[in-house]
Amino acid sequence: MATYLEAIREGIGEEMERDPGVFLIGEDIAVYGGAFKITAGMLDRFGERRVVDTPLCESGIVGAAIGAALMGLRPVAEMQFMDFISCGFDQVVNFAAKCRYRWNAPVPMVIRGPSGGGTHGGPFHSQNPEAWFFHTPGLKVVAPATPYDAKGLIKSSIRDNDPVLFFEHKALYRRVKEDLPAGDYTVPIGKAKVVREGKDLSVITYGSGVHMALEAAEALDREGVSMEIVDLRTLLPLDEDTVLASVRKTSRVILLHEDTLTGGIGGELAARIAEKAFEFLDAPVVRIAAPDTPVPFSPVLEEAFLPNARKVLEKARWLCAY
Amino acid sequence: MSVAQAVMNVAEGPGEEAHLSRRFLYYMSLMREVEDRIERKLYRQSKIVGGVYVARGQEAIPVGVGLALEPEDVVFPSHRDLAIYLMRGVGPRQIFAQYMGRIGGLTGGRDGNMHMGDLKLNIVAIISAIGACVPVAAGAALALKYKGTNNVAVCFFGDGATSRGDWHEGINLAAVQKLPLVLVCNNNQYAYSTPIEKQMACANVADRGPAYGIPAEIVDGNDVFAVHEAAQRAVAHARDGLGPYLIECKTFRMTGHSAHDPADYVPKELFAEWEQKDPIRRLLERMLDSGWIAPEDVSRHYDDLRKEVDAAVEWAEACPYPDPATLLDNVYEPRS
Repeated sequence: MATYLEAIREGIGEEMERDPGVFLIGEDIAVYGGAFKITAGMLDRFGERRVVDTPLCESGIVGAAIGAALMGLRPVAEMQFMDFISCGFDQVVNFAAKCRYRWNAPVPMVIRGPSGGGTHGGPFHSQNPEAWFFHTPGLKVVAPATPYDAKGLIKSSIRDNDPVLFFEHKALYRRVKEDLPAGDYTVPIGKAKVVREGKDLSVITYGSGVHMALEAAEALDREGVSMEIVDLRTLLPLDEDTVLASVRKTSRVILLHEDTLTGGIGGELAARIAEKAFEFLDAPVVRIAAPDTPVPFSPVLEEAFLPNARKVLEKARWLCAY
Repeated sequence: MSVAQAVMNVAEGPGEEAHLSRRFLYYMSLMREVEDRIERKLYRQSKIVGGVYVARGQEAIPVGVGLALEPEDVVFPSHRDLAIYLMRGVGPRQIFAQYMGRIGGLTGGRDGNMHMGDLKLNIVAIISAIGACVPVAAGAALALKYKGTNNVAVCFFGDGATSRGDWHEGINLAAVQKLPLVLVCNNNQYAYSTPIEKQMACANVADRGPAYGIPAEIVDGNDVFAVHEAAQRAVAHARDGLGPYLIECKTFRMTGHSAHDPADYVPKELFAEWEQKDPIRRLLERMLDSGWIAPEDVSRHYDDLRKEVDAAVEWAEACPYPDPATLLDNVYEPRS
């Protein structure tokens, strides 16, 4: 059995064995092994040339990764918390994202790190900043929910010739585990997955939302309601076909994410469903997301802030009764 | 090879210095001729739209530095370093086509003016926030070291860029990692309308070198020989694995920030003062005084340059615009 965290570590290690151009760069990743220990042991395995501890400088880290990627290496840059990517925002959205389109220069790099709440990290260690980048053409945005996908997708991300932002969910690191196949496998970027077949309603989600939906689906089953769950896995490019196919099948849809509501992925999905599957809908499109506030610290407030299985269950009942 | 280039490459006269001076002259004068044509003619004729940034009076910087480099060294030219492209083999015709948004430009119309690069030529395209290029150049230097080459990355920027956080982050990272990075500051004393004393409280950009534990020197940016020698020192330092090296070239921006800007905020006497220090004029005087070039060769050279530039403009004007049907292409790697 491998945890989500171990799966990512395995995936990175395998890619480093496979391709001498893959290297790691970030804060506290080498000697210390990373704040969450994703890169623990990498320094011993690969040496300081390929596991680079940097000063505290997210713009510097992302920029350096871009420069190395332009030279043909495949950097994997860690943001200690994905919240801190805002410090490197210009590098991500103006440099990395636009090189191929502007001057045909590939930037094969990965920026990865922990996102998400539920660990009482407060406003700066709990955010889900994926929507900032969802709006930036040229980036790929990946957010796995399971160990299998996390490993397969980190490997695909490292092999990808475009810049990939890889959002790990820190609450899943040690919470979810599963048996992984022996040997090399990848999960394609840009492909969603129906993780649970159902016929009465669809939940379109990703990351931690998948686990909330699965829990809610079990309860709904006992009520005789069958929930389908689509795990987007990749947010950009969006696998619209899988989403629309599920909506056409069930005619009721909940868009679920832990990120805050306004301007979140759910809004874009709702628009596409309205444009392309309107006549299949039997009820309004429903969004479940965190409210439009910073992530609060106090466990009581954070609990109220975060979506969870109970909130999904309540909305699902309402939707099915509509 | 153009006629003018052939003239400049004739290794006649009293040796290496004369030969080098002719290469300086060729690239500096070609850069000015191309930029004058862009700013003073094509822009005013509306044949070029958008931002136009020229480097009149600052040509010694890219030329002095550029001729100290190997083709495998990776350059990050700023918007005032046109000669870097010329030295790497990008022709004036491609430059004009770039400015005109035609498919013959380096970005095929995807971006404009000096926002262009070509990895085959080891030129990285800048983004508008020039300070952002410093960490990227540090990363390129990291890759050159990682691959075991002895090549260097060279990043050009203005005085304005030095106020940015990523400028600091990039230099600090490169210094800690001892990366082969040469940093070239074109201190032309104005960032758009902001004079240098409103940009920083220290007297020189080079004063910051010790704060990063790297060597830094100040050079007369209007003396191409001096710039070249400083660049050789900097490149040797970086090639030897000793880490980054900062050169501050003191110069003056003889134009507005861009073609639309009359630069009324610059005291007139400053323009007059720096006109006397024009780097091409100074170079020519030295060449003539030293007998490195004959007066008739100078006029022949300028005649040739104008012909070369005329032909390049003609080519670019005949070059097609990109097909709007390609608008969506190449945001991502095409699926094979």
